[in-house]
Amino acid sequence: MRGYAGKFAEINLTEEKVTEVRFDESTLRNYIGGRGLAAKILWDRLGERWDEIDPLGPENILLLLTGPMTGFYPGGRLCVSGKSPQSNGITGSTVAGEFPVELKCAGWDGLIITGKAKKPSYILVKDSSIEIRDATHVWGKDGKQTLLKLSKEVREEFDKKYRERLWREPGMVYIGPAGENKCRVAGVQAKWAHGAGYGGYGAVMGSKNLKAVLAKGTGPLPEVYDQAKMLELLDQVRKASIANDVWRRWGTGYLGYYVGNVQSSEPVKNWQEEWHDEKSFAVDQFESRVWVKRYWADFGCPTACEKLSVARCGEFKGAITDNPDYETQAYMGTNLGVFTPEANIFLNSVIEDLGFCGIQVGNVLGFAAELYQRGIITKDELDGVELKWGDAKAFAKVAEMIAHRRGLGDILAEGTYRAALKLGKIKNMNLLQYAVQAKGIGIGAHGIRSGLDYPQLHSYPCGAQGGDHTSVAYLPITHPSSEHTTILMDSGVYCMFNSFSVTPQFQIDFLNAVTGFNISFEEWYNEIASRVIAIQRAALLLGGPDAKWFGSDVNPPRFYEPLPTGPCKGKAPKLEDVEKMKSEYYKAVGWNEKGVPTSDTLKKLGLSNVDSVLKKKLGL
Amino acid sequence: MSSKQVWVTRDFLRCSGCRMCEISCSLSHEGRIWPEASRVRVFMYAPGIEFPHLCAQCHDYPCVEACPTKPKALSVDEKTGAVIVNREKCISCGNCIRACPGHVPFLHPKDNKATICDLCNGDPQCVKICREAGFDCLNVVKYDKGQGEALNYRVYARHPKAIAEGLTELMFGEKMEV
Repeated sequence: MRGYAGKFAEINLTEEKVTEVRFDESTLRNYIGGRGLAAKILWDRLGERWDEIDPLGPENILLLLTGPMTGFYPGGRLCVSGKSPQSNGITGSTVAGEFPVELKCAGWDGLIITGKAKKPSYILVKDSSIEIRDATHVWGKDGKQTLLKLSKEVREEFDKKYRERLWREPGMVYIGPAGENKCRVAGVQAKWAHGAGYGGYGAVMGSKNLKAVLAKGTGPLPEVYDQAKMLELLDQVRKASIANDVWRRWGTGYLGYYVGNVQSSEPVKNWQEEWHDEKSFAVDQFESRVWVKRYWADFGCPTACEKLSVARCGEFKGAITDNPDYETQAYMGTNLGVFTPEANIFLNSVIEDLGFCGIQVGNVLGFAAELYQRGIITKDELDGVELKWGDAKAFAKVAEMIAHRRGLGDILAEGTYRAALKLGKIKNMNLLQYAVQAKGIGIGAHGIRSGLDYPQLHSYPCGAQGGDHTSVAYLPITHPSSEHTTILMDSGVYCMFNSFSVTPQFQIDFLNAVTGFNISFEEWYNEIASRVIAIQRAALLLGGPDAKWFGSDVNPPRFYEPLPTGPCKGKAPKLEDVEKMKSEYYKAVGWNEKGVPTSDTLKKLGLSNVDSVLKKKLGL
Repeated sequence: MSSKQVWVTRDFLRCSGCRMCEISCSLSHEGRIWPEASRVRVFMYAPGIEFPHLCAQCHDYPCVEACPTKPKALSVDEKTGAVIVNREKCISCGNCIRACPGHVPFLHPKDNKATICDLCNGDPQCVKICREAGFDCLNVVKYDKGQGEALNYRVYARHPKAIAEGLTELMFGEKMEV
């Protein structure tokens, strides 16, 4: 098997036992790695009892998976998965950094983490050795402290123990206090402000008492099937990426102004508006005021769309974060009525330290601020904080309440959907009308009302990962923006942002050069990607133990309110148009009129047991 | 041309941390992507503070001086000024690592032999990709023998911790424990 290290480690935290797991070639060919393989592993182990598994209980499985293309294709990433505490389904959530490359160089394709550690722990992978270690001394520490402390400790320990070199830092993923306190909006973090956010796997790590995972591998990346071909394709994709000037210089940072101003699809004040004309939020303001490093990259990436932002003076002095990328410009900015770069990077720095996904916590903070605006929640319920639009420090205080589950923060920590239900009960009101989410996952910062952005009317309701803007249900399914295409990136496990200058076929060619699988375009879309989506869909339909989504493929109510401002004022989709797109999509992917994959579809994909579980559990 | 020595300069603030230098180096020397066998290694004691660490060809070559074998396993390439390792002679003692002010050499993960940048015989692959990508952190300076003394290139042979501490102050505006 080429492109793979050849083995996975199963780490049972309850029994403190590590065992080797191998998958045969046909399993890997059918599911590739990352998100695809996560769906397979989770379904095989938990599928029959899916609706009973508590995502935050010891029975859940935390997966940290690489893919065959990790380290080879520009922009190395790690895929984090498990049963999602947000959707109760399966999310393949990826995060950039060197950790996955270190893991592969250590000889492991991924880690399958089960059970629950008795005390705060971290896992250290050093080549073939895997240890579960005490992390009591870093439990409770914020993100930056955790990273610096553990990384230094391990590095210096290696310097003493292994004298063959001066050691570099190991690769690392970790959680902050939000993850420790099992906030469903917590992410699995890496470096500064890099996070696997969608899915809420920071909470899963916390539920397992797992603070961090570190890896150092001294071996080479695995052999590939056709190295000459792979190097030729690598050269092509690098050159194409290097030629993409705008993307390189500004990353997604230019969208903070553009998406709002031109596309009218950026969340402003909890999506009450989707348009703004705040030139203070244009990318040049970030570039000239806070970017101290204009090109910041992860392993093998020529694009370097990340930038390093620091507030070196003023009231937010000391804030350190990345770009911020468009999503957190929006969710830590416009969605909270914040329109200055310094305030925006301050909030990003705070939520990175607390260990949140910027999108998910920005979604729930916006929700809370709208409730405050409407007088539904008051200053007294917020520990005296006046949660006014644009007040970055007030939002930072509430973020801290959420991370430590203090007061109302305890409810908001459940994420927008569950908070709306719980708070709605207390207030005896329907608060879901202010919750901008799909399948329990806060919607990414790309709206559908103006019709000028890429998501389609059915994208969020039908997506296998709910509100995830990087994985949207799309017609035709072979479109580069479809989640059938995203699954290629999430399963090969490399960065989407190095794919914009090449075609999906190019990426399939790359996968074939690395693995020798000889997968065709048709096979990718009609079989492999469809199989992964079918499993993810089944998990969503089954859901549980709390939220279930059978018969609930809907857009948030807000998306039907006409846009109140901007050139697209008055625009909103019609429900019948959404329903029409939904049926077209159901047909295209082989689901019945209720959105359930048909027996025929599942049989063709080799998923008869998914069919029988669905029939039994949904009473079909 | 052949009389010119080469020297790889580094502009740390321009390092993106992409590690394409490591990919190029290890592909060229090992035929594989192998970050911990790459002669240039990007250190990241704190995220954002990435910088390439590789041999600076000190004018007094303390690593060669410290090599205990007879004849020495380490020698200086007449043409480029690079330190060349005779792997058969190397006894994996690690003296060169400890003698280097920057602790740049390392023992190869495969056979435990001293491993040091050989300047790709005057055409460093790491520099090529860094410049192709437009990051321009690494650059090649060519100079005539004899002029070398004037170039204070030993400044780069520093412990990564010292480099990282300086860079955190510069970029974050305050010291950071790394």
